[in-house]
Amino acid sequence: MELIIRNIRKEFDRFAALHDVSLDIRSGELIALLGPSGSGKTTLLRLIAGLDFPTAGAILFGDQDASEKTVQERNVGFVFQHYALFRHMTVAENIGFGLKVRPRGLRPSPEQIRRRASELLELVQLPGLEKRYPSQLSGGQRQRVALARALAIEPKVLLLDEPFGALDAQVRRDLRRWLREIHEATGHTTVFVTHDQEEALELADRVVVMSQGRIEQVGTADDVYDKPRSPFVYGFIGDSSRLPVRIENGELWLHDRSIGISDIRAPNGSGTLFFRPQDVELVDGCSGCIAGTVVSSRRVEAMRRVELAIGGQHSLVEIELPIDHPAASRTRVAFRPRSWKLFPESTAPQAERVIESA
Amino acid sequence: MSDLATHPIAGRSVGTTFRPVQTPPTTESRTVQYVLVALVVAVLSLFLLLPLATVFAQAFRLGIGEYLNTFRSPEALAAIRLTLLVAAIAVPCNLIFGIAAAWTIAKYRFPGRTFLVSLIDLPFSISPLVAGLVYILLLGTNSVIGGFLLENFEIRIIFAVPGIVLATILVTFPFIARELIPLMEDQGTGDEEAALSLGANGWQTFFFVTLPNVKWALLYGVLLCNARAMGEFGAVAVISGRLRGQTVTMPLQVELFYNEYASVAAFSLASLLAALALVTLVIKSWLEWRYADQIAAAGRGH
Amino acid sequence: MAKIRFREASIIPGFRLTFGFTIFYLSIIVIIPIIGIYIHTFQLDWDAFVRIVTGPRFLAALQLSFGASALAAMFNVVIGVLIAWVLTRYSFPGRRVLDAVVDLPFALPTAVAGISLTAIYAPSGVIGQFFAPLGIRIAYTPIGIWIALVFIGLPFVVRTVQPVLQDFDREVEEASATLGASRLTTIVQVLLPNLVPAILTGFALAFSRAVGEYGSVIFIAGNLPRQTEILPLLIVFRLEEFNYPAAAAIAAVMMTVSFIILLVINLIQAWSRRRFGHV
Repeated sequence: MELIIRNIRKEFDRFAALHDVSLDIRSGELIALLGPSGSGKTTLLRLIAGLDFPTAGAILFGDQDASEKTVQERNVGFVFQHYALFRHMTVAENIGFGLKVRPRGLRPSPEQIRRRASELLELVQLPGLEKRYPSQLSGGQRQRVALARALAIEPKVLLLDEPFGALDAQVRRDLRRWLREIHEATGHTTVFVTHDQEEALELADRVVVMSQGRIEQVGTADDVYDKPRSPFVYGFIGDSSRLPVRIENGELWLHDRSIGISDIRAPNGSGTLFFRPQDVELVDGCSGCIAGTVVSSRRVEAMRRVELAIGGQHSLVEIELPIDHPAASRTRVAFRPRSWKLFPESTAPQAERVIESA
Repeated sequence: MSDLATHPIAGRSVGTTFRPVQTPPTTESRTVQYVLVALVVAVLSLFLLLPLATVFAQAFRLGIGEYLNTFRSPEALAAIRLTLLVAAIAVPCNLIFGIAAAWTIAKYRFPGRTFLVSLIDLPFSISPLVAGLVYILLLGTNSVIGGFLLENFEIRIIFAVPGIVLATILVTFPFIARELIPLMEDQGTGDEEAALSLGANGWQTFFFVTLPNVKWALLYGVLLCNARAMGEFGAVAVISGRLRGQTVTMPLQVELFYNEYASVAAFSLASLLAALALVTLVIKSWLEWRYADQIAAAGRGH
Repeated sequence: MAKIRFREASIIPGFRLTFGFTIFYLSIIVIIPIIGIYIHTFQLDWDAFVRIVTGPRFLAALQLSFGASALAAMFNVVIGVLIAWVLTRYSFPGRRVLDAVVDLPFALPTAVAGISLTAIYAPSGVIGQFFAPLGIRIAYTPIGIWIALVFIGLPFVVRTVQPVLQDFDREVEEASATLGASRLTTIVQVLLPNLVPAILTGFALAFSRAVGEYGSVIFIAGNLPRQTEILPLLIVFRLEEFNYPAAAAIAAVMMTVSFIILLVINLIQAWSRRRFGHV
């Protein structure tokens, strides 16, 4: 089922949770809505499900306007963050609930419902737990039952709200792989919400990065990591360092020094230079480079993170060095980013005015 | 939050014949809401507000002069005095008990603890008449203890003020303890341990640390305890003997007036008790609203 | 109490003082008097006891007390769930006031409620006058008793159900809706089963309060032997006759019922904790 979100706006009281959001989701795609809390990602998911209603705009399921349909009629499988299992029902009753409440003509027989529940338990790798109650399951098991319950109604789209948010790290990693497998096996159009970029980048076909009720960028994991289209995306996905710079005739200046980076497309004025801490080369002398005083250094896995105070304003940036690199013990380090991105300051949407390293 | 005020605004229509679905899935249509609210308002008005209003209507039926007349009768004045006296003894006793019981139950773990809690709940489930009766059987003049006290010390308990106080204590002692126990259990022993580690002694810990933490719940409990103590009827009725001017509390005097067909007097005196109930409810609601977090939800009624 | 060491170790001082005082107070206020009731009852020989508890007047009062209490508690369940629902789910002007009013039967002295209800439902009263021409008498009949018992039991179900409704996870209702269940189906099949323990607890509390209620009932009851005479009133009559053993016997029966109800409430809550993880 193709899913089209067209100019959706959502206000709660006066507060706008979503501003003019548009998004096309292809049939069978696995999409991640990624953003910090308050970015509107869960709101968007709930609008798709029909649990809330947009203030303006439309959501289309295929070529059908979903606004005319109640949540019951939309036939979406929704997996809630805290699973929302029915505590007074067994696992099998939970999974069969969506079939049991169908109108008489469409309702499978109790025997069929029971069989379907067992099949789904098999699919989510929990065979034999039909008679258990939710309170007798672990967090990961509840998550799987919640998914099986959502799949039981043969949903047009599968929506998951922070599906792994309440689980500990190891279980998360296992379930992530497993969700990918289920998605490949069932082929449902799937949208899931997460604030965990690792989860989004690893799992999704495309990632929708959201901030403050707007979509910042839509793209594959490579797109959003390597070609971030806004300062927010650059800062949110992966580690980054930023430096306020001045642009004069395409030349980038830090205080009174040229930093050896230039781009003739850049308009005069100020801007912000972004680069990845691990993507820098150290240089010796400093004409046309960035130099700073070491403020602190710390061990990050196989590398050493060095924090530098740069220039007169003492802007702080981080760079990453090999653990045994002699520069790590120096008090003054000069470097040049290998790849970078410049966002000139402007009131227009920054994404339009991005200047990238070659 | 689903409520009547913040219903979602109608969406901008896209098609031509467009029926937007706008009732959130976890609430009912407005019509249903209105009907249910109206029904509840009607039921509460009929069953609760009407009896309350009737008390005042009946009290002022013959005008304010007749109303005030009630309070010139020595019987009414004696009843008011006795009620105040009984409450002034019973409530402090139960206050001390409530604090001691809450301390022992909330701060320690020992076998029989849950049994003790059930025991404290007991007066909620026994009939007030039974509560009065137990003391008649135990302390009446023809019982062993009652007879002994009467013969040797000329102390009468049953059909006298001490009996009324005892019966009142019995029916009201859970109120304060029940407010404090869940709250003090929630608060744990961390604050007290900190105070003790800083060199405070037990009493200092109690007065400077524990008491401030529970003061609103304590006030709440005292309020409920007092309301019940002043209004108790059944337990006091069997034990008082109804000696006019001596062992008749306000609720009993209401009954006496009523049975003598002095209806206005009965309702006038009752209006004082009803006013007390109203004040109690107002303060109680205010405490619940203002200090909700500092009053553990007792959950069940009294 | 020199060597109490059966509690778990704690550095908080005051255990002996507070525990000792609590036990002392409970003993003289509750434990000893209640044991006294049973001792008095046992002073009766078996035949005398049986004669009291099978006497027609006792049985009629028993039937009336338990029957009216059960009917009142059932009504309170229906109306109490509805009130709790409206108070927790809907917001409307005056909601807070209504919420406070629910506690009125706890705060209003029972004798006051009793005379007021009688005035309302007597044949000349505000409501009674509409029924009198139809030949329906409310005051001085079992209907009046039922109304008084509804009044005093009303808050129990509301106050036990309210917190459960308040804490009920909206997501669960949403989950039900996304699975295709209509609102009514969601309420009946998903919400209500979760309220059952609270409803049963509220019912038991209202019922047990109603069985023992005296003040609000005696005025409106009319107190006709075998017709509108409730159990607690029978105790009063026996006391007035100085027939203490008989009074004690009736009290013992009532108290035993109270204990059973208390036990049932605890069992419900233990069961509820196991199944739902809350009370």
